[in-house]
Amino acid sequence: MYPIFRTAAGLALAALVCAQTKPDFAKDILPVFEQSCSGCHGAKSHMGGLRLDGRAAAFQGGVSGKPVVPGKSADSLLYQRILGQGGQARMPMGAKPLDPAQAELIRAWIDAGADWPESLGSRDAGVAKHWAFVAPQRAPLPAVSNAKWASRNPVDRFVLARLDKEGLAPSPEANRATLLRRLSLDLTGLPPTPAEVDAFLRDKSSKAYEKQVDRLLESPHYGERQARHWLDAARYADSDGFEKDKPRWVWFYRDWVINAFNRDLPYDRFLTEQLAGDLIPGATQEQIVATGFLRNSMINEEGGIDPEQFRMEAMFDRMDAIGKSMLGVTIQCAQCHNHKYDPLTQEEYYKIFAFLNNAHEANVTVYAPDEQRKRAELFAEIREAENDLRHRNPDWPQRMAAWEAKVRPGQPVWHVVKPSVDDISTGGQKYLPKEDGSFLAAGYAPTKHRAKFTTETTLSTITGFRLELLNDPNLPRGGPGRSIQGTGALTEFEVEIAADGNEEKPKKVKMVRATADVNPEEKPLDTIYSDKTDKKRVTGPIGYAIDGKAETAWSWDIGPYRRNQPRKAVFVPEAPVELPKGGKVIFYLSQQHGGWNSDDNQNNNLGRMRLSVTGSPDPTADPLPASVRDIVDNAPPAKRTPEHEHAVFSFFRTTVPEWREANENIERLWRQHPEGSTQLVLNERNQSRSTSILMRGDFLKPVREVTPGTPAFLHPMPEPLRTEPTNRLTFARWLTGRDSPTVARTFVNRVWQNYFGTGIFATSEDIGRQVEPPSHPELLDYLSVEFMDRGWSVKKLHRLIVTSNTYKQSSSVTPDLAAKDPYNRLLARGPRFRVEAEIVRDIALSASGLLNAKVGGESVYPPAPDFLFQPPASYGPKIWKEEKGDARYRRGLYTFRYRSVPYPMLQNFDAPNGDFACVRRSRSNTPLQALTTLNEPLFLETARALAMKTLGEGGKTDAGKLVFAFRRCLSRAPEPQEKDRMLGLLARQTERFSAGQANPWDLAAADPAHPPQLPPGATPAQAAAWTVVARVLLNLDETITKE
Amino acid sequence: MNHPLDVTRRWFLRDCGVGLGAAALQQLLAASSDPLAARKGHFESKAKSVIFLFMAGAPSHLELFDNKPQLTKFDGTLPPADLLKGYRAAFINPNSKLMGPKFKFARHGQCGAEVSELLPHTAGIVDDIAIVKSMVTDAFNHAPGQLMMNTGSQQFGRPSFGAWVTYGLGAETKDLPAFVVFSSGKKGPSGGNSCWGSGFLPTVYQGVQFRGSGDPVLYLSNPRGIDNEIQRESLDAIRAMNQRRLEVTGDPEISTRINSFEMAFRMQSSAPELMDIGKESKATLDMYGAEAGKPSFANNCLLARRLVERGVRFVQLYHEAWDQHGNLVKDIAKNCKDTDQACAALVKDLKQRGLLDSTLVIWGGEFGRTPMVQGGSDGRDHHPNAFTMWMAGGGIKPGLTLGESDDLGFNATKNKVHVHDLHATLLHLLGFDHLRLTHKFQGREYRLTDVHGNPVKELLA
Repeated sequence: MYPIFRTAAGLALAALVCAQTKPDFAKDILPVFEQSCSGCHGAKSHMGGLRLDGRAAAFQGGVSGKPVVPGKSADSLLYQRILGQGGQARMPMGAKPLDPAQAELIRAWIDAGADWPESLGSRDAGVAKHWAFVAPQRAPLPAVSNAKWASRNPVDRFVLARLDKEGLAPSPEANRATLLRRLSLDLTGLPPTPAEVDAFLRDKSSKAYEKQVDRLLESPHYGERQARHWLDAARYADSDGFEKDKPRWVWFYRDWVINAFNRDLPYDRFLTEQLAGDLIPGATQEQIVATGFLRNSMINEEGGIDPEQFRMEAMFDRMDAIGKSMLGVTIQCAQCHNHKYDPLTQEEYYKIFAFLNNAHEANVTVYAPDEQRKRAELFAEIREAENDLRHRNPDWPQRMAAWEAKVRPGQPVWHVVKPSVDDISTGGQKYLPKEDGSFLAAGYAPTKHRAKFTTETTLSTITGFRLELLNDPNLPRGGPGRSIQGTGALTEFEVEIAADGNEEKPKKVKMVRATADVNPEEKPLDTIYSDKTDKKRVTGPIGYAIDGKAETAWSWDIGPYRRNQPRKAVFVPEAPVELPKGGKVIFYLSQQHGGWNSDDNQNNNLGRMRLSVTGSPDPTADPLPASVRDIVDNAPPAKRTPEHEHAVFSFFRTTVPEWREANENIERLWRQHPEGSTQLVLNERNQSRSTSILMRGDFLKPVREVTPGTPAFLHPMPEPLRTEPTNRLTFARWLTGRDSPTVARTFVNRVWQNYFGTGIFATSEDIGRQVEPPSHPELLDYLSVEFMDRGWSVKKLHRLIVTSNTYKQSSSVTPDLAAKDPYNRLLARGPRFRVEAEIVRDIALSASGLLNAKVGGESVYPPAPDFLFQPPASYGPKIWKEEKGDARYRRGLYTFRYRSVPYPMLQNFDAPNGDFACVRRSRSNTPLQALTTLNEPLFLETARALAMKTLGEGGKTDAGKLVFAFRRCLSRAPEPQEKDRMLGLLARQTERFSAGQANPWDLAAADPAHPPQLPPGATPAQAAAWTVVARVLLNLDETITKE
Repeated sequence: MNHPLDVTRRWFLRDCGVGLGAAALQQLLAASSDPLAARKGHFESKAKSVIFLFMAGAPSHLELFDNKPQLTKFDGTLPPADLLKGYRAAFINPNSKLMGPKFKFARHGQCGAEVSELLPHTAGIVDDIAIVKSMVTDAFNHAPGQLMMNTGSQQFGRPSFGAWVTYGLGAETKDLPAFVVFSSGKKGPSGGNSCWGSGFLPTVYQGVQFRGSGDPVLYLSNPRGIDNEIQRESLDAIRAMNQRRLEVTGDPEISTRINSFEMAFRMQSSAPELMDIGKESKATLDMYGAEAGKPSFANNCLLARRLVERGVRFVQLYHEAWDQHGNLVKDIAKNCKDTDQACAALVKDLKQRGLLDSTLVIWGGEFGRTPMVQGGSDGRDHHPNAFTMWMAGGGIKPGLTLGESDDLGFNATKNKVHVHDLHATLLHLLGFDHLRLTHKFQGREYRLTDVHGNPVKELLA
């Protein structure tokens, strides 16, 4: 705080001012505002929505409220802020504080009633709305100088009008081969094949170009290309990030994005499904997968973390991603304070946050289409087998009723205990207590630990102990275990009694009997849980949990799908345990069946568990699943639905000995159930979380609770949505409203950026007040309106842009034009820039013929140096199983992405690593890139493959071969001087290799000891020399550039 | 805009333009087409390059620098309750017993700085370094803590200190990357790649990971079958073809591509030359404890000096080994044995070569360790409220011990230096007003110190 009244001078001044009864506004106050405030709070800039240059505007106030409370300086924000009170930055921000006398004048002016004569200062009452916060309107097409050039496509009218203004003319159309290469790279990320170029060159019809556009928009590679842009914004990666950076399996989301573009899912639905697909009535698997967008946040499972802290970090990340990728407004600042430049308050930030804050961080099993078919078949067959059983045994209802009557009574009475957990014993895993008395395992996942739980109980005699394993959406595949399959293993269940309450000297309870509702046969532990010892570690029936052996454990893994159901086990002591008042029961859940590397997905822990005790005699684990038990006990036969009845029957049949054959048949069917994959998604909670404004974004410092709501500076929540539940779906419907001022503009601008290198507004992540003026504002609005009017069709938007003459211009540039418009913002020429990281690789693969064009599926591991994935380069040892088959030649999009160890080739060419949303990549040009394309093993493979292909298919003459190779890389034939240069290189190299100055197979063969079969007539020297030539071609600037 | 040219232009207009004469401005304009062109900070500075010895995992200040006899006295007792108010620990229940320091301390040098017996070599350079015993940070988990120390934020996405420095000062050499990173110890840093990332700055400013042996840079060597003659001839052909394309299209970016390939070729010879520490005298190798061909922290220290000599702007050495939740006595002694000699040798070597004045050396981890015990009697948990770092060279006041923690080493009490203050100080030493070294992103100016930080004047020579 500025020590206003501390100095003697200050005091003297204050006295002086006070003596003067009332400051004169014109003389004393307005000049201060003009000198010290109007820069930021004036006609041109109104930070925080505040203007201090005129009466009406000033008294209306800004984002933080009204600045002046007449008569009450202490309550006036204006005065508080110039003193730097209230924990906010002192005003004028970043400049010298006001002179104490000036501050005192302002105080006196406020206290005297803050009189501001209307005649003084600006009369402009309003804070002009920033253009981007007003919904776009279709602008009229401007008049242009060259009507013919701009006649076909409105885009050209806007571009040409601007060129006219600058006194520039558009460039001529690019030659056809260049144009097709540009179009193919833009729409699919792959260069055209020479045959495609030839077909286009041959096609003399007036619609030849449009036909190519249609063909490419229909290519499955179109979706791949567009998806990569979106995946940057969605911060997609295949690992968790942070220290552990464990692999995650979320490629269903990646494929969802690809498919969404390929089927031209309207953009408003595209966004809605990603924000709230799970909440759409009757949500499909696809729609649920789409919420993976929000789950692409990083997960920290470092030892010692508080899971809630990092859930909040993930929430902030989601807010940031929505801001950058969808809204186009930077909202992150408002996490800590009111936005400085845009009219977004901190409260509004948390009101948006509140829409999103009510979900489980769920991990679900997902099935590929063939797996879905298989499942449908299996379920039908099982149903049929059961129906058949009923059909053949018409007395089944009576038998089932008799069985129910027998199993209904006599269940032990269980008392759930709510023990405390010993922190040290958990090995760093958090056991989060739940309301139902259970614990959810979270945070760090040690692969071996023995968790200790201590409790008192009201029972004085305990005859049995129960462990229940429960599902939880936050566990892998819903649990009930914490392994990546949702399974777990209980090495030992131990109980001690401290009868006198002294935990230091407890007595061990000997267990003599254990029962469980599932008892799989003994099987060796899966290899992923290897602990690098030679111990024979196994899992099997429940007896393994009380046999005192560290090698054996109980597990409930009875195959896909059914391994993810709740389970229970009951343990009976040798003699009933007498527990005096104040005595304590100590449970140990020993979980020693994980693998050696806790930095990988190798835990085999219990996921959600609950402990109970009973005094009932001779307790056993109820064989009935909880859901069946509920029906049997609580739903009288008359009130049951067919599904109820079926559920009961499905269990009942397994208890009938003479139905063994049928039961075994059904069991066999279950064993065919597909494994599926996983996907991180959101899953709405039944119980809402409360959301509060957090002081400086600190989750431990809630200030005030807020309810969901949208920010005032954007479009209002439409009437019909106001009565809807305030959840993500409502938020998504609001966000994608037709009157949203920023959503269409933001996306259209990014599409433009991908074509021309720079968006119509350059800062594509932020269209807020700080945005630089757009190069073509009317065009931006025109495209945005057009985009929405055409049903948010992304393909139609692309078609509109690529069929413009603007897009088709030659990219050659004169020195004059380069000087006048170095970044081509005016578009007097076509775009020319280096393609993105993935495409650099795809071009080499495509040119060489090695490309594996498969679309979608699990991410792949192309060649990479081993050491990168091992300490000390990596924190923990990471899996990188280099692909040996043609999966190594998949498109760059499918390369497995570890956040902490980015794939070097992609990183060198500026691919982001998914730590945060990125809507605008850097485009660098570095020596490391040159080293990559020159020397990286896969690039060398492409050079070899191109050489062999050229020798085999390039015709008889060297000149012909050169044209062949050249066209595969550049889509055009060499000019004479280029041809001479390359043939010269070829001749010299052939001579060198022929003369034995170098071993040709060292270069031309992957394994010199086993050289490949050469095309007839070709020599090893030729193969090597052509490899040199191919490598040069693949390294040309033009090869990795879109011209 | 994302053109590097543009970034640079904006940078110098905004941050350097004030008070510059027209001629100087012209010169800057000319140089600015290269985002890595060498440039000056806001004011004259001694420090030109930085070597950051990052002791990842967080070394115990209580065993190395911050002598606490009182902690010995209260060993085995519970900490005062009011100390623990609002305190969160990573693993332990904060109300765990205090554990006395495990090693002896003595005063050294003319300045009389206190150093533990584990660091005999560092004890020998205390008159050349400044020890700060009152460091504080906001994070108490490794990844967020390392990000905080490296980027000024616990959240991912901010540029690293090295990236900011490279962005501000450019590069002095074209034959090697401007920002080089080594990793030794048990594993890589918890913060991963983002510890040396460029965040929202252009990617040219991110750190390049070097390996301590073999090819320092990925894909540096010619692949099998490519000898130097083929490589040179191929590069000539690539240049000729690119040159031709430049004539046809007029795109200046092609000139940059041509340069990149030439620099790559030069790097192919300069990097192996750099890595060849066998050329160093036996005395030098012995001083560091370095051994050619055996990757080690000591080798990396020697390589750091060689890099700085060759004009590399920022070198960062990660040694991830200091997370002693248990086995403290044995492991910390081993870590000191692995690093102490080389750290001291680096400072001495820089000094004897006249490089210490222009090289800022920083030693430290992401946070400290609890005075309370973890486990039985041989471990300490993460602790952000007080820890120790040291700095040397580049305008740092030598022979200084700054700041104090309380009697238990729990809270920094005197001359508190927050990570943001450290950053502000280091930038100051490199010639920057930390308030003005900014980059506009998402509509606002960002800086390393976010909205915090004050240069610590006491540390300046």
